[in-house]
Amino acid sequence: MGESAQAASAAVALRGVSIAFLLPKGGTYPAVAATDLVVAPGEFVAIVGPTGCGKSTLLNVAAGLIQPSTGTTSIFGRPLAGLNAEAGFLFQQDALMPWKTALDNVAVALEPRGVPRKEALERARQWLDRVGLSVFVDRYPHMLSGGQKKRVALAQILIRDPRILLMDEPFGPLDAQTRQIMGNLLLDLWAQDKKAVLFVTHDLEEAIALADRVVVMSAGPAATIVGDTAIDLGRPRDIAEIRTEPRFHAIHKQIWATLRGEVQKAYAQGEGRRA
Amino acid sequence: MKRTTLLSLQIAVGILLLIVWHLLTTVKFGAKPILDPFFFSRPLDVLARVWKDFYAGTIWRHLGITLLETVLAFITGAIGGIVFGFVFARGEIVAAVFDPYIKAANALPRVVLAPIFMLWFGLGIWSKVALGFTLVFFIVFFNVYQGVREVSPTILANARMLGMNERQLLRHVYWPAALTWMFSSLHTSVGFALVGAVVGEYLGSSAGLGYKIHEAESVFDVTGVFAGMVILAVFVIIIDTIVTAIENRLLIWRPQAQSTTAQG
Ligand SMILES: Nc1ncnc2c1ncn2[C@@H]1O[C@H](COP(=O)(O)OP(=O)(O)OP(=O)(O)O)[C@@H](O)[C@H]1O
Ligand SMILES: [Mg+2]
Repeated sequence: MGESAQAASAAVALRGVSIAFLLPKGGTYPAVAATDLVVAPGEFVAIVGPTGCGKSTLLNVAAGLIQPSTGTTSIFGRPLAGLNAEAGFLFQQDALMPWKTALDNVAVALEPRGVPRKEALERARQWLDRVGLSVFVDRYPHMLSGGQKKRVALAQILIRDPRILLMDEPFGPLDAQTRQIMGNLLLDLWAQDKKAVLFVTHDLEEAIALADRVVVMSAGPAATIVGDTAIDLGRPRDIAEIRTEPRFHAIHKQIWATLRGEVQKAYAQGEGRRA
Repeated sequence: MKRTTLLSLQIAVGILLLIVWHLLTTVKFGAKPILDPFFFSRPLDVLARVWKDFYAGTIWRHLGITLLETVLAFITGAIGGIVFGFVFARGEIVAAVFDPYIKAANALPRVVLAPIFMLWFGLGIWSKVALGFTLVFFIVFFNVYQGVREVSPTILANARMLGMNERQLLRHVYWPAALTWMFSSLHTSVGFALVGAVVGEYLGSSAGLGYKIHEAESVFDVTGVFAGMVILAVFVIIIDTIVTAIENRLLIWRPQAQSTTAQG
């Protein structure tokens, strides 16, 4: 497939995207230097990189939340203007409306589509059931655990059936077991209709276990993509079991060789808060 | 502490104070009690007066008027505060232009406006409502302004990514956020609505609790002043209880002090 044909059919195509932030005291901070990133329809791509390198920034560009300084973003072949209506965005921080119950938080996602409220509630119930929260429909977010909140957020996004999922360290604050449960849940749901996924994480093992491709970003400033590895592990996968496979270790070793250098660079710059 | 224990302690403190007051104003040392009942009245006299006021039925009209003024001041002040709070929070330029005037108006002690309001609106209820309005308005205004400005950017970005338009954002995000802040100041603003009403009545009117107290004061009827204060206090407690109930109903989603089924 030629470059342009590939870009035209891609779910997300970032071309020569660079982002420089204006600093309040004047001057700019070049966060991301000219970067190309293509996600094919149905492909699960994970982005790893040292902290502060620009993973969230790149994801925000794909969502249309940030305008790149240079370069273009196209979504299913069409240039992106404004917010990305094809995408569901799972935030790292809590983004649920605290004044709505789990059910209302999910149902309200259908309101912009003009779905009647009764039907929206019905479908929200089904989605909460699917993410294993049918008993918690009437809870307010503060009465839910971190993992339960993430599941509500996942249902809130998936109920709209977006063709693209953008996820910014969605399982970041969760403990190891919950991350595995959430990872398997995500893979199950993804396997049903293969959305294009762009998944940011700082956990390389999680990235390999979930994704079809793992992309490594270099340390900032002017970060860019320095590694792109296809993950040739079979599916369906179990997040916990797959980590014991020899092939998993080989891939891990290979990507880590690149990532380690970048993490060290980030630390050397006094940037590193976590690896 | 158990609820009942707490309540009995609270009542005990009240009764103790009343007994001290009673003894100081009745037990005679030489010719006179320690505290002259002419200046300090006596608890039983005050109680008798309160009873008489209610028994004769004269007080209801005054209570009703004060309540009406309070409610009107609160409603108009809250509506004004909400509308302006929203407009200012969403319109940077408007907010910047009017900022010094808002600050100046808020810094003004509102009592000095009372005579002007009486000139404008007469001695009836509307001058009191106006005074209460100026007090409630600013509290609600600042809280709504703050609430809308400080909506979590993540919640906002998430709502936008869900495809919400401005109207939907207003309804599902800005409005509930603003209401939270407004309700967090509900006790204060209802209290100020009452202050506006009573102070207004006190300074010039022919009805209401403030008028009753002023009337008693002007003839050195200390028992009447205390009776008025007792009625006012009970009135405030009842209103505050109602406000608390409304607040609990509307803000059930808010994290409370952890409620478990453990007995404590
Ligand atoms: N609004 C902004 N103004 C200036 N600099 C910013 C702004 N937002 C982000 N940056 C900088 O851009 C760089 C990339 O930030 P970004 O949030 O994308 O990092 P990240 O890779 O997601 O890090 P983490 O793994 O810690 O989430 C950082 O160095 C950050 O300080
Ligand atoms: Mg980030």
